[in-house]
Amino acid sequence: MAAAVELEGVNVTFGDFVAVRDANLTIEPGEFFSFLGPSGCGKTTLLRTISAFIEPTRGTVRIGGRDMKGIGPNKRPTALIFQNLALFPMMTVAENIGYGLRVRGVPRHERDEKVKNLLIQIALPEHGHKLVSELSGGQRQRVAIARALAVEPSVLLLDEPLSALDLKLRQHMRAELRAIQKRVGITFIYITHDQGEALTMSDRIAVMNAGVIEQVGNGRSVYAEPRTPFVASFVGENNAIRGRITQAANGTATLDTPIGPLTGRNPVGLPAGDEALIFVRPEALKLGGDPPSGFEGEALDVTYEGSITHVTMRVRTGQKITLSLGGGAAGILPQPGDMLKVGFEPQDGLLLARPERS
Amino acid sequence: MREGIVQRFSFAVYLGLFFLYLLGPLAVMAVSAFNTPDYPQVWPFEGFTLDWFGKLLSDGDMMYGLRTSLWIGVLVVLVSVPIGLAGAIVMTQIPVRARATYYLVVVSPVLTPGVIIGISTVVFWREFTTLTGMKFMYDGIVMTVLGQASFISAYCMLIILARLQRFDRSQEEAALDLGASYPQVFLHVLLPFLKPALFSAAVLAFLSSFENYNTTTFSILADKTLTTVLAGRVRQGTTPAISALAVFIVAVTVAGALVYEVMKRREDGRIRRRQQVAAKAEEAEFSGTPEPAAAE
Amino acid sequence: MSGGLTLVVALPLLAALILILLSRLERRKGAIAGPGFFQRNGVAVGLYLAVAVGFWAFFIIVLPQLAMVDLSFRPKLPPSQMGGPKDIFTLENYRYFLFGSTTSTANWNWLHIKAFFLSIGVSILITLLNLAICYPLAFHMAQSAPVARLRVLLLLLIIPYWVNEILRAFAFRVLLSSGGVVNKLLMGGGLLDAPIDFLGNDVGLYMGLSYAYLLMMIFPLYNAIESLDRNQIEAARDLGAPWWHIHAFVVMPHAKPGIASGCTLVFMLSAGALAAPLVLGGPRTLWFTPIVYDRFYQAFNWPQGAAYALILLFACIVFVLAVLRMFRLSLGEIAR
Ligand SMILES: Nc1ncnc2c1ncn2[C@@H]1O[C@H](COP(=O)(O)OP(=O)(O)OP(=O)(O)O)[C@@H](O)[C@H]1O
Ligand SMILES: [Mg+2]
Repeated sequence: MAAAVELEGVNVTFGDFVAVRDANLTIEPGEFFSFLGPSGCGKTTLLRTISAFIEPTRGTVRIGGRDMKGIGPNKRPTALIFQNLALFPMMTVAENIGYGLRVRGVPRHERDEKVKNLLIQIALPEHGHKLVSELSGGQRQRVAIARALAVEPSVLLLDEPLSALDLKLRQHMRAELRAIQKRVGITFIYITHDQGEALTMSDRIAVMNAGVIEQVGNGRSVYAEPRTPFVASFVGENNAIRGRITQAANGTATLDTPIGPLTGRNPVGLPAGDEALIFVRPEALKLGGDPPSGFEGEALDVTYEGSITHVTMRVRTGQKITLSLGGGAAGILPQPGDMLKVGFEPQDGLLLARPERS
Repeated sequence: MREGIVQRFSFAVYLGLFFLYLLGPLAVMAVSAFNTPDYPQVWPFEGFTLDWFGKLLSDGDMMYGLRTSLWIGVLVVLVSVPIGLAGAIVMTQIPVRARATYYLVVVSPVLTPGVIIGISTVVFWREFTTLTGMKFMYDGIVMTVLGQASFISAYCMLIILARLQRFDRSQEEAALDLGASYPQVFLHVLLPFLKPALFSAAVLAFLSSFENYNTTTFSILADKTLTTVLAGRVRQGTTPAISALAVFIVAVTVAGALVYEVMKRREDGRIRRRQQVAAKAEEAEFSGTPEPAAAE
Repeated sequence: MSGGLTLVVALPLLAALILILLSRLERRKGAIAGPGFFQRNGVAVGLYLAVAVGFWAFFIIVLPQLAMVDLSFRPKLPPSQMGGPKDIFTLENYRYFLFGSTTSTANWNWLHIKAFFLSIGVSILITLLNLAICYPLAFHMAQSAPVARLRVLLLLLIIPYWVNEILRAFAFRVLLSSGGVVNKLLMGGGLLDAPIDFLGNDVGLYMGLSYAYLLMMIFPLYNAIESLDRNQIEAARDLGAPWWHIHAFVVMPHAKPGIASGCTLVFMLSAGALAAPLVLGGPRTLWFTPIVYDRFYQAFNWPQGAAYALILLFACIVFVLAVLRMFRLSLGEIAR
């Protein structure tokens, strides 16, 4: 079976500005695929390239195995849910949902039948005659989804559809979106700058930074096995400490840093002598004991949250390091001003090359 | 309020004088339309009469002029609103460097005296129709429609442009994405969005055309409109029949303005109700009603 | 004159060519992206846009103006001689405006010259007068009137707005003629023995002009002042600024575009007014527009009329440019 969407060397430039650089990607049918990245990294641009609102400057977009060059947005088997929904304010809810069928020339009774079913599916069966301006935010959201699903696209593209919603509603809609995707079984391509959203909903995630897709993988691998410093620090909390590699062997390496030698995994095989960063998650740092890698610092701020306690400490170089202590440590909670000795196991440290800039 | 009594009093006097100046002459003229003497007079009021309105109706030239004016008004609406719409859309799409020039060209008729527009229209079309052998086009009504269209289209464009600038382009894209063709996007999405502006533009175009004199007096050639007949009558002598015509026109505009006001209030009410419904739905969502559909 | 016909065809084509080249250029430089004109609008709608705007811009606006310029530099000839050997470019129509003769430059044509400058001067005064009359009301409506009163005020303003110029002039005639209301009242009150000839001494005309274009001033002013944030005025007041200071340095600078657009409109309408001078003018009244009118319909000298119209247009352009320069505005800001 052909891939749902394939990107091959896709570049998009606006004047001199490169919004998307050399994107290569294969998205499988039925997959819930997310693009995760900070604001302005080119997510929307990439999505609009897939739905034909932007021509790639270079490269190929294939949908269902077919090259989409020269095929307009109204001819592609995709449906886009806009960042602002873009519902038609002068049409009723039912007319909005039925619009795609109407322009396809589907006969009226057939259309009405289908719209009715969709209204039931989104739990708004009584709202068909209303105008969009009479709905709540969450209801509008569902209408937008129904409108896109009505045309039975093979790929549904969603551009931060939940960003305008309230936190509680957002969490509810996450589950609902995931359920809809399971039910209809089509490919969802989902854009977000919220890592929680990406991690909970997606089969696979592409992390983007400044127009470049830095890593593709499932939630676990992106979180646990980041391959670039950007991914390591963008997905989840992370502490990064700079240094120079003194020795490297058997997939581990030791880094000479201003706060002492630190040892961690070296998955990309950086050689001794290289400038590098070592990443340690806050929950991997432990208090006390005599771990292989350890350093000292002064506790600045301690926030107790029940099962977890967040500690911010300052090390000798002035850098701030954060710790998340599990509930078991409740007995010996540090106080601000305490000198702390912390450390981590080699498998919890991760060495990555320092990016040239910064 | 920090204003003193003196200030407030003098502002009230100013306001009174302003509206006396604005409405007084019209009121005087209106009263003279119902007074019996055949010179328009208000005081002494010698007797109430509606004869002057009757005279108006039996004035053949005036009625002919009225018919022509109505025709021209309708034609101007049919020409100017589509042109203004196209002008506004093109304004949003024209290459940036050509925009200022384009704006200058299409807005210049608004800032050009009407007589000059009338003159240039007949000068050009007289020559053009002669050279191309389309002499039948050189007709008072056609010339007047063309002449008036030059600046009325610009009014329409400015009205439509104001609304177009608030148009959310993603709606167009949403329609395309759902499979609509380009003409369908235009018909189903852009035009309905612009409908209120198109309506305002049409009303404004009709009224501007109907009351126009400066351009029309040149472009109407041998034909007559209400305003040119009126101008002739007024120059010949002053009769209360003219006051009667003014009363009639004022009455029609007042009625129009009132209808417009009522419609606007209704529309405002409708929008407010919708917002209330939306707010209620929003509330239901947060009070955790499991099925939002059941909230109604 | 087939040269003219060539121009009629060539000019729109040239403009289309320039537009195509410009959009190519901008596309190459990346200033615009996305689909091209016909791709974006579709062929049918794109064609409609191009034809409607092309017809408007060229056949209704630009070419007629050019034809008028052309005609103003030609002699008056019977139709049979048009395009013949006598149909040459000449300055005689402009010479006539200055010297009252197409050939001699011995005497100045004082009547026309005076009428021209008087029209311009009086129009400027009327413009300033209307600005002064309207400003307080516009400010009141935009900044301090309660909503209910604002609606009433707007309604009261809109009603007379659509009353035609001729009827407005006529109303003033009813008011000011020798047997008119004002004279009767004054004489009835014993203040006068004989009626004042308001129309003969042009008071009627000037008042009528000011009256006719009052509303052209108030709406632009109102719109411009309305967009001023009330807090700015409050802030200035709290700082102890006197009221005139607030108007001169807070409100007026903000309302600049509205003031400029109101002034331009009133000036242009007043300098180009035809109905008011015809209805309210006495036999000795000097106004330029009726003179232009007479070139066409009494002298039947179209080339001369075209020249006179151009002189008037020139004055209006100078006025608009002067206003723009004075207020440091662009055309887009005043014609909104
Ligand atoms: N039409 C355009 N012309 C020029 N630059 C553009 C255009 N569209 C987008 N950009 C630029 O490209 C970059 C990427 O934009 P894009 O909208 O794809 O970001 P995004 O990742 O979706 O951000 P957000 O999370 O804020 O929506 C931005 O810096 C933006 O300024
Ligand atoms: Mg975006």
